[in-house]
Amino acid sequence: MSLASERAMPVPAAAAARPAAAPGLAAQARRQRRLAYWQAAPLALVFLAFFAVPLALTLMVSFWEYNEYEIIPSFTLQNYADVFEGCFSGGDLCTTFRTYLSTLKFCLLAWAFTLGIGFTVAYFVAFHVRSSAMQTVLFLLCTIPFWTSNVIRMIAWIPLLGRNGLVNDGLMALGLTRAPIDGLLYSDFAVVLAFVHLNTVFMIVPIFNSMMRIDRSLLEAARDAGASDWQTLWTVIVPLCKPGIAIGSIFVLTLVMGDFVTVGVMGGQQIASVGKVIQVQMSYLQFPAAAANAVVLLGAVTLVIAGLTRLIDLRREL
Amino acid sequence: MDIELAGLTKRYGATTAVDGIDLKIRSGSYCCLLGPSGCGKTTTLRMIAGHETVSAGDVVIGPRAVGDLAPAERGTAMMFQSYALFPHLTCRDNVAFGLRMRGVAKAERHRRAEAMLRLVQMEALAERLPAQLSGGQQQRVALARALVTSPKVLLLDEPLSALDPFLRVRMRTELKRLQGELGITFVHVTHSQEEAMALSDLVVVMNAGRIEQAADPRTVFERPATAFVARFIGGHNVITLPDRRVAVRADRMLLGPEAGPEAVAAQVVAVEYQGSAVHLGLTAPDLVTDAGTPLTAILSDRAFAARPLRPGDTVRLGWQPGEAHRLDA
Repeated sequence: MSLASERAMPVPAAAAARPAAAPGLAAQARRQRRLAYWQAAPLALVFLAFFAVPLALTLMVSFWEYNEYEIIPSFTLQNYADVFEGCFSGGDLCTTFRTYLSTLKFCLLAWAFTLGIGFTVAYFVAFHVRSSAMQTVLFLLCTIPFWTSNVIRMIAWIPLLGRNGLVNDGLMALGLTRAPIDGLLYSDFAVVLAFVHLNTVFMIVPIFNSMMRIDRSLLEAARDAGASDWQTLWTVIVPLCKPGIAIGSIFVLTLVMGDFVTVGVMGGQQIASVGKVIQVQMSYLQFPAAAANAVVLLGAVTLVIAGLTRLIDLRREL
Repeated sequence: MDIELAGLTKRYGATTAVDGIDLKIRSGSYCCLLGPSGCGKTTTLRMIAGHETVSAGDVVIGPRAVGDLAPAERGTAMMFQSYALFPHLTCRDNVAFGLRMRGVAKAERHRRAEAMLRLVQMEALAERLPAQLSGGQQQRVALARALVTSPKVLLLDEPLSALDPFLRVRMRTELKRLQGELGITFVHVTHSQEEAMALSDLVVVMNAGRIEQAADPRTVFERPATAFVARFIGGHNVITLPDRRVAVRADRMLLGPEAGPEAVAAQVVAVEYQGSAVHLGLTAPDLVTDAGTPLTAILSDRAFAARPLRPGDTVRLGWQPGEAHRLDA
């Protein structure tokens, strides 16, 4: 909203430059400002209805009480106490912390792989492909998997990775293994594989965008100063891609943190994740407990993003 | 170091951007490649720099042919038209970039970068980012960055074209001063004949991928080799006589009684007051010019005041026989 009103500001300024009576000017400036609010209103309403209100409701419900058959409006911290039950008593790690650690592990692995692959693909399309027509074609090619749904793309891995799937059959036919490898499907490996498959494009797009905004003469200037290709990459391209990397990282981290479908399907419903915990509680109609978990998860994700934005000042870079 | 271009050619598919040019630039001289856009001057510079592959011919810098060498191995440094400063680095780090790439230790490269910034009077703004600098300041930093690795040859691609006219003249003086102090070879691409005249020891006028004339500025101005050179550097009338084509300097055109025995009748079509001089546009039915363009005569303000003319007036127009310079083509 503030952005829209800032954009509208130059207009009254330009109008002020015109020699005219002062009262008319003030009225015009007021009109312009009102117009700016109207222009910002639709998006503000969407945000209010689909973001602010649900968030407030979740926060509210997280303080309610519940039993086996009903939820009771009240104010209790019991739900939060349940989330962290046994976490601060020392000894073994509590369930919540173990779940968060597992989710964080997936986050880090998925982030590292999507970043590595995403950066490489974006680099290839942005700097190695010369014709802009070819760049567009290849870039669109990256988005083609999105023409099918997440679930289908995930399920497609099952006939490939299963005990009698294509990969195991192929390995055995080649004589590389005697017995089928069990760990391919319904394992950490399968979960990370699916995360990388589903989310790499969210890295490619912002990083590619950052790369396309790098002035090509900078690369020549680096070469002129004696930089090798590798030095140019680390001292010029990577620093200038930081905003893209940060945006891509936020996409991937938030998507993986809140995921429960991928972990469920690819982990054979055997691997815990924060999203999964919330989903299970929802299915038992323990809405206040689920809401409390959701608020804690939101806090965790916000912390991660705050950490990222400390590293890179996104508002300045954009 | 001396630079020599031998049959240097650049082809892009079917088009030839640079067509077999030969040129010798003496060590420590200021050379300007001058020509209209698309004449191949920037391509030539980029081939010397090593940013463009050579289709045929050779670039020799000092004792060796540098055909396949990387830019940094040639002993050249380039200053880019848009300056190409790294937006994420401060002025000091921009200047120190070349040293960092060569593995010079941090303290040493900062010391040398600051010395360079002092040379271009930018030491006070060493901590700024390029976006916080004006165009002229950015240019100084780009200059310092190019010079920090002590190149033997500095290549400048239209370095002054992004500046406003006032700053352009000031930076021009400064470039000339720096070149004198450092004593290295400068090769400067420009489309401004005024800039080329003011700066160079050697002006290379290029057209359509070829060199029309390479000489010191005075020779180029007093004895242009071709009609193209005479027209491009300006201040000349190109006149086709029955047996030859000649160039006559506009300020050597004579009007009225002094016009001499071979004078012809001409009509004044334009009078432009320029302060110390007055520029007259004239048409003379008996003189054949290119595409019938009007002739120009430049009179000192005093001479004009003694015998004022107005558009529509008819006057005798001529020149001393020795002032007509014969053109090759």
